[in-house]
Amino acid sequence: MRVTVNDEPRELPDGATVAELVAALGLGPRRIAVELNRDIVPRATYADRRLHDGDVVEVIHFVGGG
Amino acid sequence: MALTDPFMLAGREYRSRLIIGSGKYRSFEETRRATEAAGAEIVTVAVRRVNITDPGKENLLDWLPLDRFTILPNTAGCYTAEDAIRTCRLAREAGIGTLVKVEVIGDEKTLFPDVPATIEACRVLVKEGFQVLPYVTDDPVACRRLEEAGCAAVMPLAAPIGSGLGIRNPYNLRIIVEQSRVPVIVDAGVGTASHAAEAMELGCDGVLMNTAIAGARDPILMAEAMRQAVEAGRKAFRAGRIPARLYATASSPLDGLIR
Repeated sequence: MRVTVNDEPRELPDGATVAELVAALGLGPRRIAVELNRDIVPRATYADRRLHDGDVVEVIHFVGGG
Repeated sequence: MALTDPFMLAGREYRSRLIIGSGKYRSFEETRRATEAAGAEIVTVAVRRVNITDPGKENLLDWLPLDRFTILPNTAGCYTAEDAIRTCRLAREAGIGTLVKVEVIGDEKTLFPDVPATIEACRVLVKEGFQVLPYVTDDPVACRRLEEAGCAAVMPLAAPIGSGLGIRNPYNLRIIVEQSRVPVIVDAGVGTASHAAEAMELGCDGVLMNTAIAGARDPILMAEAMRQAVEAGRKAFRAGRIPARLYATASSPLDGLIR
């Protein structure tokens, strides 16, 4: 299936979870937050939230800023 | 041991009244060194998309550990209340607390805030349990509205963000300081140490800056200068300055002059 992550298309195995996406991006231990179709996904539920074809995901972190 | 002049912000006690931004540094190492030289305990950060094709090995927060610094996420780049609210919710979900710096920009060229949208965003965020520090124009009425909305402080600008122009309207700042029952933090426009000292001498509770330090030729030295300026300005304010007057008053006694 194909999902959009931060505006970029990405192929994932069918039934992949948010936890699997975060791990595939190499972001496991970081302070991040994830939105799925504009709704925040609580960190505790990453392993249970399955992604579907066409889903739009935002993954944010903290960068330098004033 | 109790601090002699603690800075109380959103229910926490700080030694330092200098809040610094973490943008525009050449490396994470320089960010950390400047933060330490500034003596800052609160550091602002921006919320941005992870670059998923190259997430990078290191992260800013590896250099600013949460057990040593209060991390203050901002909503820089947001032009609507909705975007600012969304950004704050994401920041909270990332697990660094509920303290947020809200800025809703109203104009690209000056980066002046959209005050009605800022107030709207703050109202919603306060209701959701955030401790909100809003960037706002140096307008006493806008600051009062934000205080009424439940903000934990008000952060009037001294001059446009990154301009280094210093305090454009010290009289408005004085009025804001006089009327506010929450801390007043000058946010934006400071260019050099005397500006920071002036803000503190006016009675502001703190100063927030980024470009003045990060953009200096020697950011570490400037960070140290800013720490000293904020401390000096605060002490001068607490000491109570003499009134300014037009004519001289001799400092040496007139009695006992040799004839």
